[in-house]
Amino acid sequence: MTAQDLKETPSQTAGPYLHIGLSPSAAGFAPYAREFGQQIAGPDTPGRRIRIAGRIIDADDTPVRDAIIEIWQADAAGIYPHPDDPRHAQAAPGFTGFGRVACDFETGEWAFETIKPGSVEGPDGSPRAPNLNLWIVARGINLGLSTRLYFGDEEAANATDPLLCAIAEPARRATLIAASTESGEVPAYRFDIRLQGEGETVFLDI
Amino acid sequence: MTAPFRPRDHAWHPPARAPSYRSSLARAPSHPLVAVPQGLSELTGPVFGADAIGPLDGDLLRNFAGADAPVGERILLHGRVLDEDARPVPHVLVEIWQANAGGRYRHKTDGYLAPLDPNFGGCGRCLTDAEGQFRFRTVRPGPYPFQNHEPAWRPAHVHFSVFGSGLAQRLITQMYFEGDPLIAKCPIVATIPDARAVERLIARLDMENAVDFEMLAYRFDIVLRGRTQTHFENRREGA
Ligand SMILES: [Fe+3]
Repeated sequence: MTAQDLKETPSQTAGPYLHIGLSPSAAGFAPYAREFGQQIAGPDTPGRRIRIAGRIIDADDTPVRDAIIEIWQADAAGIYPHPDDPRHAQAAPGFTGFGRVACDFETGEWAFETIKPGSVEGPDGSPRAPNLNLWIVARGINLGLSTRLYFGDEEAANATDPLLCAIAEPARRATLIAASTESGEVPAYRFDIRLQGEGETVFLDI
Repeated sequence: MTAPFRPRDHAWHPPARAPSYRSSLARAPSHPLVAVPQGLSELTGPVFGADAIGPLDGDLLRNFAGADAPVGERILLHGRVLDEDARPVPHVLVEIWQANAGGRYRHKTDGYLAPLDPNFGGCGRCLTDAEGQFRFRTVRPGPYPFQNHEPAWRPAHVHFSVFGSGLAQRLITQMYFEGDPLIAKCPIVATIPDARAVERLIARLDMENAVDFEMLAYRFDIVLRGRTQTHFENRREGA
């Protein structure tokens, strides 16, 4: 094997028909007994239930209607259900931490329900403000886009979060913070993602 | 905590904005990515259990078929998921999707005039085994046209989605077939700057694993990001 044979496999766009592979029910058929990413937290998972909705907007101000967003988050105690989390044995019951949501084919609107994550320790040992890790794939996106969603009602925690503090411009920092919205029983947040141009969301190299 | 993943070489991947591929123009961020030191969020990632995968999920010849098998050239599509230190990545989810033998997708929004195949869904999934191996049975997809600056054709391809052991290894890509003359003409393939990187997406005809009177075989290996300091760790363990 040469050095080029052992470099990471290059990425290619997921294309317009990504639902077939990632979420076939959205493409219009259901070959699997269970699709992955349908439920981040089960009915018995402890934590505060929340609902998050938004759109992805392109450079022409048009909603992207063919994207899928993947979510990876910790439980209410800040534990990831993965063997490399030292506390994973105590992860909440019924909690996968993983979600997939497709934009609506007509409006571009997406929404999902989960529980609010707890704070997770950063690599330097300091706590991060509660957040969700998002990964966006679609036609026209050549390499999946990573970003984070922080919560507008966590002002104190957000003020000391290492990533938010590393973003110098306040306007850019604000692109990672979901706004609390008026709602009924379930607390709700709004998070619009802008791929390019005015108000462009901060995307991450993780 | 496990060692962080090695930085991604962005010059090896297609840039966000690739002029040959029209759809990328309005969807490419214009600011550079903000580098984030890896912590638990990036080193961990979704875990999928074997109990959630059905026995036919990786068999596209049968997972949507009625009485008949799908139309097309039957193939075994197999390979390994490795990391940049050539270590197998075991027990991770591999998902694929593709057009049928005529180049038509089973998707609400695909209006290409080639017919749907009533016996073909076009998706499959499996977990890699302890050696990182995966295998799918399927048909070779057909090429199809798409709208770009001018009408263009996609070479025959299979879309691959792979989860590594941590979020930072997540990858979606496409696999092409050895010898396809459309590869060199495709604006989406052309988003990849380095010809050696394109070679890495081309599955090789694998006659050794062809099944007599049943199907041909193609081999495709996938490499995910390795970890920093691995060599030092290996040396210590070997000493
Ligand atoms: Fe395709």
